[in-house]
Amino acid sequence: MSGPSTVRVRLPTHLRTLVRIDGEVRLEVAGPLTTRSVLDALEARYPGLRGTIRDAATLERRPFVRFFACEEDLSLEPPDAPLPAAVGTGAEPLLIVGAMAGG
Amino acid sequence: MSGVRVLVGTRKGAFVLTADGTRTSWDVAGPLFAGWEIYHMTGSPADPDRLYASQSSGWFGQQIQRSGDGGASWEQVSNRFEYDGVPGTHQWYDGTPHPWEFARVWHLEPSPADPDTVYAGVEDAALFRTHDGGKEWQELPGLRGHGSGSKWQPGAGGMCLHTIVLDPADPQRIFVAISAAGAFRSDDGGVGWQPINRGLRSGGIPDPDAEVGHCVHRIAMHPSRPDVLFMQKHWDVMRTDDAGESWHEISGDLPSDFGFPIAVHPHEPDTVYVVPITSDSYHFPPDGRLRVYRSRTGGGAWEPLSDGLPQEHCYVNVLRDAMAVDSLEEPGIYFGTTGGQVYGSADAGDSWTPIVRDLPAVLSVEVQTLP
Repeated sequence: MSGPSTVRVRLPTHLRTLVRIDGEVRLEVAGPLTTRSVLDALEARYPGLRGTIRDAATLERRPFVRFFACEEDLSLEPPDAPLPAAVGTGAEPLLIVGAMAGG
Repeated sequence: MSGVRVLVGTRKGAFVLTADGTRTSWDVAGPLFAGWEIYHMTGSPADPDRLYASQSSGWFGQQIQRSGDGGASWEQVSNRFEYDGVPGTHQWYDGTPHPWEFARVWHLEPSPADPDTVYAGVEDAALFRTHDGGKEWQELPGLRGHGSGSKWQPGAGGMCLHTIVLDPADPQRIFVAISAAGAFRSDDGGVGWQPINRGLRSGGIPDPDAEVGHCVHRIAMHPSRPDVLFMQKHWDVMRTDDAGESWHEISGDLPSDFGFPIAVHPHEPDTVYVVPITSDSYHFPPDGRLRVYRSRTGGGAWEPLSDGLPQEHCYVNVLRDAMAVDSLEEPGIYFGTTGGQVYGSADAGDSWTPIVRDLPAVLSVEVQTLP
């Protein structure tokens, strides 16, 4: 069984300023690598992000938040779908993006 | 020397304006929480260094921020606002049932006695309270559950609980206002509630005498006379002398009785301020002239206050939470506009100067009088 993955996560500006971080976040994620496991690890490290990316109660993705990796939009994938292998090796980041909306 | 701290919430962050008691020279700090909507920022009457801010975003949801040092530093507290039990439905714009959904906190009202106790008015309309400085919020479900909640309908800005008035003489008495449900009162600390809308007339609803359905924009009280409330309604400026049991109109000679904010002079319980707006279709001052109107008679007779305010080509609005009064001997009046100006008067409204001119659209203005 493989050990934990080191995942790079890139957050939008407003969430970086909210929890006072610069640049990318590097997370150790144990077990299957999915958006759910990455967000669980992210929220455990930064509790102030709870409710900002996914609903705090239902854990559903907020409507204007998107997940990208390896030039793919993963937003509509099930939360337990495997992430691309390049995210697990740290070669590519998981991008959490505020959707273009409004004017 | 005494001073004032003006707390300004805008569409793109918060600003803190400070001055000594002369209120002639201002320090402007901000933006705090840059890029986020700050619907309201206010201070505790029991501890002026304790501030609370409602920070929200259409993308990333609601945050509550708290400061213990007058705004120099801030910490996130809980953003969990969960309705009590199964939330049920209210009416949607087309009259169909619509489930209650939390959107944001419009207004924070700290207790006059305890800096850790704060009330929060939210959209979709409900009242929450914390007793631990914002770490946990509990709904006061008797308001939505008193019987008329399923008939409430949103106003154009959403179905928001935007006004919370705490009776300084009776901790059990709370007034709230909801667009577009009306005004409500609790006499038992927020457990039970009754609508207090008798005497309000709203032309846009089928039954003009309906118990609920009135678009109340703002309520103000003088602390020395808590049974007297002044109300700016969608149309009409109203007054009650019996804690909301009955209302009568005091629009008098105003050029328009449509508007959003209403405020009371800190030392004269019958001196009232409003900012008339042309109409529900034209959310800007009549004739492009920005004028505050003051009544020294508890309503009915109003005088325009325009010295220092733009008297041509002015098409801004002043939102419901964007007017405040300090409590210095010669009181200061402050208001912010959707054009990003914050105006102040150090002589109870006789003359005005812009403190700042180019902020993002102003959502709320509060002022603290500091020792």
